[in-house]
Amino acid sequence: EGDLDERLCELDLRSDSDVPDVPPPTDSTPEILKKPLSGLSARWKNWWIRGILSLAMISGFFLIIYLGSFMLMLLVLSIQVKCYHEIITIGYRVYHSYDLPWFRSLSWYFLLCVNYFFYGETVADYFATFVQRREQLQFLIRYHRFISFALYLTGFCMFVLSLVKKHYRLQFYMFAWTHVTLLITVTQSHLVIQNLFEGMIWFLVPISSVICNDIAAYIFGFFFGRTPLIKLSPKKTWEGFIGGFFSTVVFGFIFSYFLAQHQYFVCPVEYNSETNRFVTECEPSELFQMKKYSVPPLLQAVLGWETVNMYPFQMHSFALSTFASLIGPFGGFFASGFKRAFKIKDFADTIPGHGGIMDRFDCQYLMATFVHVYITSFIRGPNPSKLLKQLLILQPEQQLSVYKTLKSHLVEKGILQPSLRG
Amino acid sequence: PTSDDTPEVLNRALSNLSSRWKNWWVRGILTLAMITFFFIIIYLGPMVLMMIVMCVQIKCFHEIITIGYNVYHSYDLPWFRTLSWYFLLCVNYFFYGETVTDYFFTLVQREEPLRILSKYHRFISFTLYLTGFCMFVLSLVKKHYRLQFYMFGWTHVTLLIVVTQSHLIIHNLFEGMIWFIVPISCVICNDIMAYMFGFFFGRTPLIKLSPKKTWEGFIGGFFSTVLFGLLLSYVMSGYRCFTCPVEFNSDTNSFTVDCEPSELFQLQEYNIPLVLQPVVGWKTVRMYPFQIHSIALSTFASLIGPFGGFFASGFKRAFKIKDFASTIPGHGGIMDRFDCQYLMATFVNVYIASFIRGPNPSKLIQQFLTLRPDQQLHIFNTLKAHLVDRGML
Repeated sequence: EGDLDERLCELDLRSDSDVPDVPPPTDSTPEILKKPLSGLSARWKNWWIRGILSLAMISGFFLIIYLGSFMLMLLVLSIQVKCYHEIITIGYRVYHSYDLPWFRSLSWYFLLCVNYFFYGETVADYFATFVQRREQLQFLIRYHRFISFALYLTGFCMFVLSLVKKHYRLQFYMFAWTHVTLLITVTQSHLVIQNLFEGMIWFLVPISSVICNDIAAYIFGFFFGRTPLIKLSPKKTWEGFIGGFFSTVVFGFIFSYFLAQHQYFVCPVEYNSETNRFVTECEPSELFQMKKYSVPPLLQAVLGWETVNMYPFQMHSFALSTFASLIGPFGGFFASGFKRAFKIKDFADTIPGHGGIMDRFDCQYLMATFVHVYITSFIRGPNPSKLLKQLLILQPEQQLSVYKTLKSHLVEKGILQPSLRG
Repeated sequence: PTSDDTPEVLNRALSNLSSRWKNWWVRGILTLAMITFFFIIIYLGPMVLMMIVMCVQIKCFHEIITIGYNVYHSYDLPWFRTLSWYFLLCVNYFFYGETVTDYFFTLVQREEPLRILSKYHRFISFTLYLTGFCMFVLSLVKKHYRLQFYMFGWTHVTLLIVVTQSHLIIHNLFEGMIWFIVPISCVICNDIMAYMFGFFFGRTPLIKLSPKKTWEGFIGGFFSTVLFGLLLSYVMSGYRCFTCPVEFNSDTNSFTVDCEPSELFQLQEYNIPLVLQPVVGWKTVRMYPFQIHSIALSTFASLIGPFGGFFASGFKRAFKIKDFASTIPGHGGIMDRFDCQYLMATFVNVYIASFIRGPNPSKLIQQFLTLRPDQQLHIFNTLKAHLVDRGML
């Protein structure tokens, strides 16, 4: 135990420079691309691979959007599982802890528990009519928190029982690593799905803004980059940052303009229990109806118009794009710092030329939470069907008193005619 | 071996005894002191209780973070101490904001600044957290990346454990002081009873992690705690100040515990199962329904609560520390006393939410008022149809 302890101490307390570097990446060009690109130098080859894969990913993205909300949810779930797997694998490598008893099972078990908890909360809200019809689901929903907690507790007790004398510290490290990873990946993916249910535009515009900012900052940096931005990521420059900001704002404006016209993107996703499918049909809310805005006198001279027709959503897209360009990159810096701290070049080798799934999604972390918080604070109030569900669970006397309060409020506001008997 | 940290005042009184008995006496006296303190705080009311919970939370956070610093020798990391306290502040602000908005609804609606703070609460909390996150990223220093990420992770896990638990405790408290007192007392009782049973009858070790725990102590503790829970609930269910939900009276600006006791706290006649009749000698028994729930709480406290203690023992062994801190003589740090309570608070909260009460009606009304008129009308009509269905209208 003394020897392992010493090794552990060294692992913890060595300064970063002592940890050996990861060997330079071997050539990971996929086979199909090798022949057409065999003539180019390594630098151009890399650029082409990155470019082709970017286009492939963007096309894949459009395809999934076309396929609909359900496929999007599955995609989000798969990405979440892959990100989780990537980060946990890094933890194993850092701590050489592949052979800890039960630990891989426990990590996947915790992922399952936390997902079960979150999906249960979401599913219950959005699939209310579907759930009402089936008895077993009713039971699961009513005691959902208790069941989730019991499942989690089982995992916790298994962890405690699995503690082995020589490996206490490692096991606690991996336990904490698992929980922090769950906190990051699972919460984000659920917020993404909740944004999706609000309307596909709330899913598409933020993600596209982050991608656009990534690409635009890269291009501006490539052509005009001179002043380094932050020591963490030496390839980022101020020119790229600012250029990316303006491009993303403009892109967000234009993209929102196009999306706001189609009900498919604008309407909240609802589950139709008769057809057993998701539908996006509704009366577009105020946010997606053209309005006349007066151009401020300052900009009138520049633009030449006095008023402009815009969707109110475009003003919100301005906030989203700003966040994507200014704060989003901090997620990227965080991931860069993480990679440097643990001496890894990429999270994984899943996407040739780009690295792992996490490498592509690092800037998206904060975006999903921001969009969710933004929607709940500025756009909509609480979810009406969830509210209704909770009202129906109350005790009859409570329901009656709530009913009376609501009635007096509605009458006061003139929404309900006082002459109606209730 | 621990240095002698007996407080001065007891040193003289105990100077004649051997060190083993002295330790026993110190532990005993401090235990009585803590229990007395607990009773005094209960007497002083919900507000003081909330403040005590908050102080305990801060002290636990401080203890665990200090251990992190010691493990990683990271006292001199740039900004890290400030950032840890800042994150503690942010997360507390978020949670207290959510609680305060629910329970102090009328007060909040009256004061303009509070109303705005509560309307945009999530956004403000998120902004505060983000600021801390960006400061962390900007504070990353080339030689210390790994240490800084470790401390970041350590801080977040600690927050997750300490702050969420303390807020669940406060939620339980607002449900009625009995939901605060009975669980905590059961855990304490189980601790003491398991120790005594182990002391007198202990023979078979329970788990490698804690060699001093024995199966005899575990089982003896279980039965004593269930019995204790039943008795304590019986005594407490008779008093309104314990069973009524804590409410904030905006006219008197103070907390009141006054209400019509719910069904849970009204004596009912139960038939004793035939199996137990010869044992107990009665055919029926008058009990409060709450006492049945107390069996569930005591069972959890005795069977699963100790896992929190084993977790803390494992943690201490992993990081080679004897106690979390030396705050309480003979007992260790605050965390040492509260390690079995972690899971209990969450369990009680989940139990209440699942089996006892539904959602809070005033919170629902408050959410209702923020909806759009057409949504309000839709919900109103659905509720009306439901009530008509039930025959209540």
